[in-house]
Amino acid sequence: MTPKSPPRKSSWSWRSRAFRGLVYQVVALALIGLAAWFLWSNTLTNMRVRGIQSGFDFLSQPAGFSIGESLYPFDSGESYLRAFGVGLTNTLRVAVAGIVLATILGTLIGIGRFSRNGLVRALCSAYVECFRNIPVLLQLLVWYLVLTEVFPTIQNAWKLGPFFLSKGGLNFPAPVWGPGELWLGAGLAAGAALAWGWRHRARRQFDLTGRARSMFWVPLALLLAGAFGGWLAGGASTVLDYPVKGEFAVENGGALTPEFLALLLGLTMYTAGFIAEVVRSGIASVPAGQAEAASALGLDRQLEIRLILLPQALRVIIPPLTNQYLNLTKNSSLAVAIGYPDIVSIANTAMNQTGRAVECIAILMSVYLTLSLLTSGGMNWYNARVAIKER
Amino acid sequence: MSKLTKHWLPLAFALGALAAAPAAMAGKTLDGVKSRGQLVCGVHTGLAGFSAGDSAGKWSGLDVDMCRAVAAAVLGDAEKVKYVPLTAQQRFTALQSGEIDLLSRNTTFTLTRDASLGLNQTVVTYYDGQGFIVPKKSNIKSAKQFKNQTVCVQSGTTTEKNLTDYSKANNLNIKTVVFEKEEAATAAYFAGRCISYTTDASGLASIRNKVAQNPADHIILPELISKEPLGPLVRRGDDEWFAIVKWTIYGLIEAEEYGITQANVDQLKTTSQDPVVKRILGTGEDMGKLLGLDKEWMARALKSVGNYGEIFERNVGPKSTLGLPRGLNNQWNKGGLMYAPPMR
Repeated sequence: MTPKSPPRKSSWSWRSRAFRGLVYQVVALALIGLAAWFLWSNTLTNMRVRGIQSGFDFLSQPAGFSIGESLYPFDSGESYLRAFGVGLTNTLRVAVAGIVLATILGTLIGIGRFSRNGLVRALCSAYVECFRNIPVLLQLLVWYLVLTEVFPTIQNAWKLGPFFLSKGGLNFPAPVWGPGELWLGAGLAAGAALAWGWRHRARRQFDLTGRARSMFWVPLALLLAGAFGGWLAGGASTVLDYPVKGEFAVENGGALTPEFLALLLGLTMYTAGFIAEVVRSGIASVPAGQAEAASALGLDRQLEIRLILLPQALRVIIPPLTNQYLNLTKNSSLAVAIGYPDIVSIANTAMNQTGRAVECIAILMSVYLTLSLLTSGGMNWYNARVAIKER
Repeated sequence: MSKLTKHWLPLAFALGALAAAPAAMAGKTLDGVKSRGQLVCGVHTGLAGFSAGDSAGKWSGLDVDMCRAVAAAVLGDAEKVKYVPLTAQQRFTALQSGEIDLLSRNTTFTLTRDASLGLNQTVVTYYDGQGFIVPKKSNIKSAKQFKNQTVCVQSGTTTEKNLTDYSKANNLNIKTVVFEKEEAATAAYFAGRCISYTTDASGLASIRNKVAQNPADHIILPELISKEPLGPLVRRGDDEWFAIVKWTIYGLIEAEEYGITQANVDQLKTTSQDPVVKRILGTGEDMGKLLGLDKEWMARALKSVGNYGEIFERNVGPKSTLGLPRGLNNQWNKGGLMYAPPMR
């Protein structure tokens, strides 16, 4: 005779674990919502009681201050919103350039730590230990000090062709943006699309037939041809804004200011130290058998790293690498200490002139949050794409 | 008590108490200062002549003396002050939030600050203007020669806006390099990155004499491109405290007009027959009671720091390291702008 099964518990009773879990989650959510609402409403109430004005309407007011350097011209009569836009492009300028340079430098140093040459190994280790352990703000200040002292004064500016190097920065001939340059940009974009299409097709052909096609030189040629074609179509304009040495400053032309250079160098060297360690851990995570098999196949060291080790190391490298990219972007906010007009510097000025501290900080936070989410989203997509599919 | 109430009831009480908490102090600064027994004063991180700490941690300067006068008037002792060094960005938030009672940090009075920050501007203690410092070997004689030049400036001040206004009005296309800290800005100027550094003329004098390696190598240009009336600020919503600070400073100015000095306060208390002097020193009518203080309030302030003229001479006057002339900061009947309403 089979024993009778115990009576089923009602699913709404407190003794059911699922029900308890649900209740805890709802209560926790309610508490968080309550805390957020309380913070928000208390801040607004306090500000109203003390007569502190709030609101985002100041963004349409004329800014009233000029910005030292920008990608596109900014006049002090334009709105605060446009000023924030200029700050954002300045931040992006240094962040993108910094990410690219730091990745290249960091990868080289990370690989260098596996070198058979003892001196290279030692130098790379020294680089990592030195640049990782000093706070980044100090490094930025030192770089800025060095650059402003080392660069020659305007009177003794170094001249190399149309380039000037002085305390005002590195001046170069800048293209004057007109309709001709738009054709150039369009040509460049078309060339890039063709190059990408070629690489995609080449990879598919290799997978299907085993026939290798050029993955670098032909796409590069396509890119340059597209740019050249666009330039010709735009009227082959050679108008450039040349820098001219004035009495106290080098005028006209474009300039890489000491602030930008110091920020870029400081952030690149600092983050490259971290990226080197990330790359090193990635390469070390590849089983030793892979390296042995590569030499058994007769691949030299360079091919071994490029074709065998790095692709397998990528799955370990990419998540921490995303962290370092986000760190570099956020560390660029230290630019205000050395006079580079990034978005934090613009927000500081706006905060002082309008008094809207809460609003400006909210704008800053959302800008950095958006940049970070975009970066990590992009890296996650790349990670999924290069992930090794285990069989 | 069931498990439910044991865990959640205390939490609910705490949250209820939090939600019921009133918006923090919109008034009653005087009560806070008296119960704390100390005046918390926001000052500059280090500006010689206005508010600077020496190596022993003792603060001195024109702004510091205003704090000491208020402390002497309210608490009876000019030393009962806590000085909070603040950068240009932090200063208003510190005052708005209640961290400091009084902001005495060479702050310019402007419409924006008066109207939209929830602050009140008390009395102008120094009439200043914005100027430029340039290296002597640049041979620049006027700010109008700054076409396409780079000028270093500190962030978070009215200086940036004035510079842009001047640049636009005179079609100079000046490029600004904006630093957060004044030390970084002056270092960049002295390194030669910028052709000039701009701030209030009093600040320029301070920098030239204290920071420059060779003060004779730098000249301050004659143009003053803006009006910069500097003075202390208090929070809005506390008219009592506003009146106390205002009238303490007016008292210092009026004392100079009537010849009361730090040295002769005690003597004049007993011997003077002038009703104005008697009102100021508390031997005649009791003015302090109307402000919520005792009748010795002004006498104590004058005994601790002296009258306005003495404060000026000691900190920024011609014999001090800054060497600034009285100029606009002289009494109204001597050609300046210092005019205290009568203490009656």
